[in-house]
Amino acid sequence: MNKKMEKILQNRELNLVLLTAVLLIAISFRAPSFLALKNIERIINDTAILIMVASGQLLVILTGGIDLSVGSTIAFSGMAVSMLNQYNPEIPVVLLIFLGILIGTALGAFNGACVAFGKVPPVITTLGTMSIFRGFTFVLSKGQWVTAHEMTEAYMNIPKGKLLGIPNLTLWAVAVFAVMFYFIRYTRSGREIYAVGGNKTAAHFVGVSERKVNFMVFTVAGALCGLAGVMWTARYAAAVNETATGFELQTVAACVLGGVSLAGGAGTLTGVVMGALFLGIINNALPVVNLSPFFQMGIQGFVVLAAIVANVLMEQRNDRKLLAGRRR
Amino acid sequence: MKNKIVMAMLLMALVSGFVFANGGGDKAAAGAEKTKIVLLVKSLGNGFFEAVADGGVEAAEELGNVESIYMGPSSATAEGQIEIIETLIAQKVDGIAISANDPDALIPVTKKAMKAGIRVISFDSNISAGGREVALAPSDSKLIGSQQVKLIAELCNYKGKIAILSATAQATNQNEWIKYMKEAIKAPEYKDMEIVDTVYGDDAADKSYREAVGLFEKYPDLAGIISPTTVGVLAASKAIEDEGLKGKVQITGLGLPSEMQHYIENGTCGQMALWNPVDLGYSSTYILARMIAGDVAGKAGDKVDAGRMGTITIGPDGNTIMGEPFVFNKDNIAKFASIF
Repeated sequence: MNKKMEKILQNRELNLVLLTAVLLIAISFRAPSFLALKNIERIINDTAILIMVASGQLLVILTGGIDLSVGSTIAFSGMAVSMLNQYNPEIPVVLLIFLGILIGTALGAFNGACVAFGKVPPVITTLGTMSIFRGFTFVLSKGQWVTAHEMTEAYMNIPKGKLLGIPNLTLWAVAVFAVMFYFIRYTRSGREIYAVGGNKTAAHFVGVSERKVNFMVFTVAGALCGLAGVMWTARYAAAVNETATGFELQTVAACVLGGVSLAGGAGTLTGVVMGALFLGIINNALPVVNLSPFFQMGIQGFVVLAAIVANVLMEQRNDRKLLAGRRR
Repeated sequence: MKNKIVMAMLLMALVSGFVFANGGGDKAAAGAEKTKIVLLVKSLGNGFFEAVADGGVEAAEELGNVESIYMGPSSATAEGQIEIIETLIAQKVDGIAISANDPDALIPVTKKAMKAGIRVISFDSNISAGGREVALAPSDSKLIGSQQVKLIAELCNYKGKIAILSATAQATNQNEWIKYMKEAIKAPEYKDMEIVDTVYGDDAADKSYREAVGLFEKYPDLAGIISPTTVGVLAASKAIEDEGLKGKVQITGLGLPSEMQHYIENGTCGQMALWNPVDLGYSSTYILARMIAGDVAGKAGDKVDAGRMGTITIGPDGNTIMGEPFVFNKDNIAKFASIF
């Protein structure tokens, strides 16, 4: 019994589940309706895009890198696809989604090429492309927005429709999760990411190509941003040039909350999903808990930081217990 | 490319200058030289300013003896505007109305123009005092605030809870407007209405949307939202539509017609406001024409008869307010959506 409990507590994701539960209870004191099923569904749907993009961010962080250009990639692919929809409404939405992923993949591959073949550190590369892709968005759109009456009904329905009572956007996130989960856990390429992030030298000696892995993670991250760009613009029925500004930090926060080590090599997809949901809950709770807007940003940061510290402390305690157990 | 456009424009300006200098055969035959009023805008190729030009032409036609000339640099720079003003001085036009790319950089050249007998006013984006006689602002905070309250009151039959969805908590203009909204709602006709909350969407689509949904949660009997920012009014309209609250929660605000067309046409947003560029061009042309004709001096307190815009009073230091923002609804949205 005791051992079982210990094993459960070792699990960092479960720590986060506990923290999330505490957060939810705290919020429900101030806003009881927050726990209503409809609202939970809404929060998950609202977090779906963050989950998609954060899973891409996870891959990059696992290699010890970071992708700061995700927000701009979302904006560019979203704008490009929205404009395609505006000027060629006859293009079927399935193709538009595919094109969105393709555009994102291309941008991600550019990042990947700079890092893998140009040997530019990921922070520098993506700090640059963050501005470049955003700039491209302005050039493409000439500063104009694409809004609801210029989009087709089918396009706006991509995230909005429902299947078996579940919003499509949520289903897309579930699909991304399933594919990524399989990829990270059961494919050779997926395991190689951990190998490179955990120990570059060792990975090199067993024949894992660091270049290939670096190129791959940025490309996959870009593809997911491309998909997210389509979802984002369709969901808000607006492709604006400022789409997803600052979103990169949210995705990094989701990863860190989920226990992903910024040094690379450690972290799980389920952790990231939990981290994203935690942020989603805060984002959706702040508007309803009646706090001064001047406090909101500070509180958001404080809660995230507190959660990370609590998570780390719990893990350290578990590690000590584990060591003590072994000695015995 | 840009240089070519500038060159072409200068050439055109020169050619037209010669034509004017020669008096123009038909005009001379008509016996009266037309008053030449130039609308000098920030840059060409911008839908907003094209609409300003339309307003100038409209006013010129009403006034009869006025010719409205539309000009602007190919990119929005003060240097480009200075060059154009220099050529306008050489051409001896009668009046220039400027939407300035810089409040101070144009002052030396506009002073030169005024010395040469050209009447100079600014509109939309104004020149600092000393560099123009009249500075025409589209509206002022008090008018905007009270109009927003009136618009939402009309939409929800003068009763119910109203919330404000603003941009950022530190946005000076937003806070000014909100202050006047809170003042305006104290009027007796709004006694059954109250502003229950002010939330901030930071001009981001996702946060504004979330804040709007948060408002529906917090106030199940919410009657209306005022969102005096283009991103906010768009996101709140989408949230109302997605949550199936169309007709239950009303929305108004300050929005761009081209962006809001969908929601206004489908009835989610009954009406909203924004300054109308056509009115700006129209009023600027009227004010200049009256000044050139000597009807008004352009000094503080002067009342200008500005056609369909009514009487515009020139304020202290030449700072003048055109009027309430223009209201867009189902009937006129399609027309304006194609303009800006």
